[in-house]
Amino acid sequence: MSQLPVIFKRELGSYFATPLAYVFILIFLVLSGVFTFYLGGFYERGQADLVPFFSFHTWLYLFLIPAIAMRLWAEERKSGSIELLMTLPITRFEAVTGKFLAAWVFAGIALLLTFPMVITVNYLGEPDNGAIVAGYFGSWLLAGAFLAIGSCMSALAKNQVIAFILAVSVCFLFIVSGLPMVLDAFAWAPQWLVDAVASLSFLIRFDSLSKGVIDLRDLLYFVTLIVAWLAATAVVIDLKKAA
Amino acid sequence: MIELKDLTKRFAQHTAVDALSFSVQPGEVLGFLGPNGAGKSTTMKMLTGFLAPTSGTASIFGCDIQTQRLQAQRQIGYLPEGAPCYGDMTVRGFLEFIAEVRGYRGAQKKQRVQRAVEQVELEQVLEQSIETLSKGFKRRVGLAQAILHDPRVLILDEPTDGLDPNQKHQVRELIQGLAQDKIVIISTHILEEVTAVCTRAVIIASGRLVADGTPLELESRSKYHQAVTLLSDEPLDDLALAALPGVAGVEVNQAAHSFTVLAQPGRVIFPQINALIGQRGWSVKELDVERGRLDEVFRNLTRGEAL
Repeated sequence: MSQLPVIFKRELGSYFATPLAYVFILIFLVLSGVFTFYLGGFYERGQADLVPFFSFHTWLYLFLIPAIAMRLWAEERKSGSIELLMTLPITRFEAVTGKFLAAWVFAGIALLLTFPMVITVNYLGEPDNGAIVAGYFGSWLLAGAFLAIGSCMSALAKNQVIAFILAVSVCFLFIVSGLPMVLDAFAWAPQWLVDAVASLSFLIRFDSLSKGVIDLRDLLYFVTLIVAWLAATAVVIDLKKAA
Repeated sequence: MIELKDLTKRFAQHTAVDALSFSVQPGEVLGFLGPNGAGKSTTMKMLTGFLAPTSGTASIFGCDIQTQRLQAQRQIGYLPEGAPCYGDMTVRGFLEFIAEVRGYRGAQKKQRVQRAVEQVELEQVLEQSIETLSKGFKRRVGLAQAILHDPRVLILDEPTDGLDPNQKHQVRELIQGLAQDKIVIISTHILEEVTAVCTRAVIIASGRLVADGTPLELESRSKYHQAVTLLSDEPLDDLALAALPGVAGVEVNQAAHSFTVLAQPGRVIFPQINALIGQRGWSVKELDVERGRLDEVFRNLTRGEAL
């Protein structure tokens, strides 16, 4: 456990050592603005809240989060530095979690930089700031779930582009499993199966969080998802090392 | 002490390392030799805990590399093949990261980094990012991270590969400076390196151990051990040379006007040849006694295995 902060610090630093971090943050801020004001009808709704802002995060993350996650392990394997990392006296847990947390905090920083949105809505009206905080928290959890999936896909692939495509695909499945078009395809199935598939969906879980409703079951869902995908990452790393 | 017992690594189809057993004592510098694909790197990867063996065990000073991986890894400094590093970090940033992972903080960390930097002479590139460095400097960064915590065991996978002669010499001096109470394992293709720095050589082929001894012992297996080479402008009587007691044969090299007289195993033939030269009054320009040719021994030992 003691070396986790060391791994975390190095990893987070490496984001900012390249232009990647700044490009990512810029794109994230621009797109979240565009989505909120144009597609979300922020003004037209005439309501002082950030629902139009958060509701697009699922789709925004679908492409942006795999872009940060793809380098987590693929790059280590490509450059061979994974051999250095894994022969240092650190546990798999420290390596996998340290790297994940760095990416998660980085996503958190990008998210916090959208604060002008909060100022705007407070200037225009009297929003429920508690709900906004809950929305931010939910969005960060959602980013964590995407990142954990991306981390596992990055461990699977040596090539970052393949890691990116794999991550987008798996994340997409987790999103659309709540859409009517998918659920209709399960029309033959018993109701419990339909419910189970729907309950896997990020869209449905995140919908209530984005409105500021924190349900313990939703929290548990995201936390379980993150832990499970990180455990899978550790397993994949051990399996793929030999190749 | 490092102990390998029946260490085996099997990949999908082929066996990379096949029941390898030997042990290394403190103070030994072990040259780990073998053709490409013989399983040198795979063995080193298992010793350092990167790969799990298919069967068999390896232990570092009593710590099993699988069940007590972290304790074992704390005692090892490892330079992986090609010396991979985090290219986007500066040399200082990278070495400080390694020092922190090794558990050093504050003044101790500074001192460790400082010492490693001095040992491999990295002062001038300390603030440069590693990806901008030349091959020689990158290799030295890799060495610096391996020796930073003053490990009891140093495992270096081709430490001089791709370096120029000066840099090779530097790395060898560094290894010789370290060696007294440590275990050093070096894999290499360069046989002169073995004679230069190693106290013991282990040769493997197709994952199996084929020879284990001091460089001198291995050289004495060569047919050129105790052979005498004469260089002369005038034609010499090679039949007279061949008739001398203890001589196994004479190789004539027309182009270089040289004769190599081979000794029978365990015989010394130099005095007889010297006497013959005096007796016949030959003018000989050069006279060499060979210790044996390691590359010839290497070829004989490993070629049979490959076929």
